[in-house]
Amino acid sequence: MRIELIRRPERSSAMSLLSPIIAIVLTVITGFFIFLAIGVDPLEALYIYFIEPLTAWWTVEALLIKAAPIILIAIGLSLCYRSNNWNIGAEGQLVAGAIAGSVFPILVPEWNGPLVLPVMLLMGIAGGMLYGAIPALLKIRFGTNEILTSLMLVYVAQLFLDWLARGPWRNPEGYNFPDSREFDGWQVLPVVFGDDVRLNAIFVLIAVAVAWFVLSRTITGFQISVLGQAPRAAAFAGFSQKRMVLMTFLISGGLAGLAGICEVAGPIEMLRTSVSPGYGFTAIIVAFLGRLNPVGILFAGLLLALSYIGGEGIQIVLGVSDQITRVFQGMLLFFVLTCDTFIFYRVRFVSTRRSAAAEATP
Amino acid sequence: MTMFEGILLTIVTAATPLLFVAIGELVSERAGVLNLGVEGMMAVGAVCGFAIAHLSGSPILGIFAAILGGMIMASLFAVVTLIFVANQVASGLALTLFGLGLSALIGDAFVGIPGIGLPKIDIPGLSDIPVIGSLVFGLDPLTYLAVAITIAVSWFLFRTRGGLILRSVGDNHVSAHALGYGVVRVRFMAVLFGGACAGLGGAYLSLVYTPQWTQNMTAGRGWIALALVVFASWLPYRVMIGAVLFGGISILQLHAQGFNVPIPSQFLTMLPYLTTVIVLVLISRNRTLLRINTPACLGQPFVPDR
Repeated sequence: MRIELIRRPERSSAMSLLSPIIAIVLTVITGFFIFLAIGVDPLEALYIYFIEPLTAWWTVEALLIKAAPIILIAIGLSLCYRSNNWNIGAEGQLVAGAIAGSVFPILVPEWNGPLVLPVMLLMGIAGGMLYGAIPALLKIRFGTNEILTSLMLVYVAQLFLDWLARGPWRNPEGYNFPDSREFDGWQVLPVVFGDDVRLNAIFVLIAVAVAWFVLSRTITGFQISVLGQAPRAAAFAGFSQKRMVLMTFLISGGLAGLAGICEVAGPIEMLRTSVSPGYGFTAIIVAFLGRLNPVGILFAGLLLALSYIGGEGIQIVLGVSDQITRVFQGMLLFFVLTCDTFIFYRVRFVSTRRSAAAEATP
Repeated sequence: MTMFEGILLTIVTAATPLLFVAIGELVSERAGVLNLGVEGMMAVGAVCGFAIAHLSGSPILGIFAAILGGMIMASLFAVVTLIFVANQVASGLALTLFGLGLSALIGDAFVGIPGIGLPKIDIPGLSDIPVIGSLVFGLDPLTYLAVAITIAVSWFLFRTRGGLILRSVGDNHVSAHALGYGVVRVRFMAVLFGGACAGLGGAYLSLVYTPQWTQNMTAGRGWIALALVVFASWLPYRVMIGAVLFGGISILQLHAQGFNVPIPSQFLTMLPYLTTVIVLVLISRNRTLLRINTPACLGQPFVPDR
């Protein structure tokens, strides 16, 4: 038995819609067996993981709160990946944004007026952009592999944040906890919806709309796609590869920075040693699950946020480590990437015996 | 044992896991497969090694379990990227996420249990020679294995027909296929070798380096090993030099923390990561060196036409 891939004459539009759904179904089926293997009732576990979070309003809100940063980052990453730039350091750019945005509320806490939040947000975006520019400039100037540099900078940013939160930026009245002072008043993102869904939910909708417009209606969006799919054609058309590297890294870094400051000024309301449970990495999965398409990313982000909430639920109710979330996320990405193959290829199973016979009699 | 000897010894123990992982990745990249999942394979190797050594009481069995664990992870990656030609970069990230999660899930039951360390080889007489005695003859068996694998890989790649085929697959898969070599089969085996080595590197962490299991104990070493392969410009002996260099830096920062150097510990911990970035920049400035040695088909999918 052998598996052969046969290229389709044109991409299958049915498969490009179906492939994420098939991937999700396969993930759930595999999850069933994983739960079986670790000795919990698989049906109950799957119910707690995927269904229960949707049955109460407060968990739906929690889901929206988690989805917002993931989607924001994934939108930026999708532009990178479309143009074949591999920014996998969004987690570090998120941290950089969180730090840069917190400069004023921590160092000048007395400043508490209507202007402070916009300044914080802009500083956050700038922090993420500057941090994202490092791997981009190294790639442009020296041809350094951006995958490795962007990832290494994640560790650097996290350690720097750890130092800030334990050292110079620690709240002197905080009983020695490694936290900054709590943000208050104008320094906090306003709630726009329900009990705790904040302004960043609106930013997400704007980002999705703008990304959709840019990708489908502007020359820049076209350049991004051409550079990713046919770099030589792009070179002949005079599109600057270097400018695109910098641009996509700045956009994705800026959005990750925005996500970072929105976490700090939103649900957390202070700077801590850790400000994200790996949103920057989850966003990579979301970008691919959403097929690098802004609207797809919106739905994929909600699904991955569900995986966080479900993981927490399962830890509380069944005592399974919440690390199961990462297992599910990794699996899902595997299945998505595999299913994407069927958009461009048909699979034929060839029995080895028959093909050997066919080769013998040409 | 003098302190100087002690420092050199710890550098060797810090370099060994990097050497294992990087040499495995080097073989897989020479065959044209960029496997970014080494961090995940390493973590699974570490937890498998620890768990089986603890359950069976035999660190040797643990090492075999780690090799097997790494290979199973690698085969997942190989099926997805080689048979279903999925994007290698994204699949590698998936493997890392999956492996880190899976290892933490398995390792949940083993947190805080003291592990079984691997005994060191001690050759009476030879190990007692000052300075070089303990450094050359008194190490743990896995370090010798890592060096042996490096020598074997170098010999295989550049002195045997099999190595020539493997490099041809990595440099020009269309020609290799036209000559009748099974591109997918060669790559599959190279990836499995990479997985086995990553598993060994993980086992070294959980059985020798710090005989215990903690979540995320790989701490980015898989990624540093990936950078090492670039640093070594895909040449096995240079991987060895690079591993000692990076091992040295990580030990240096540990000792600096121990001596109360007036630099916050976080900045010292940053050193290996920052060094990786700087070294990558320095190495990528030398474009001719890279152009000669980079496998030309690195990361490119291959679908055999029939």
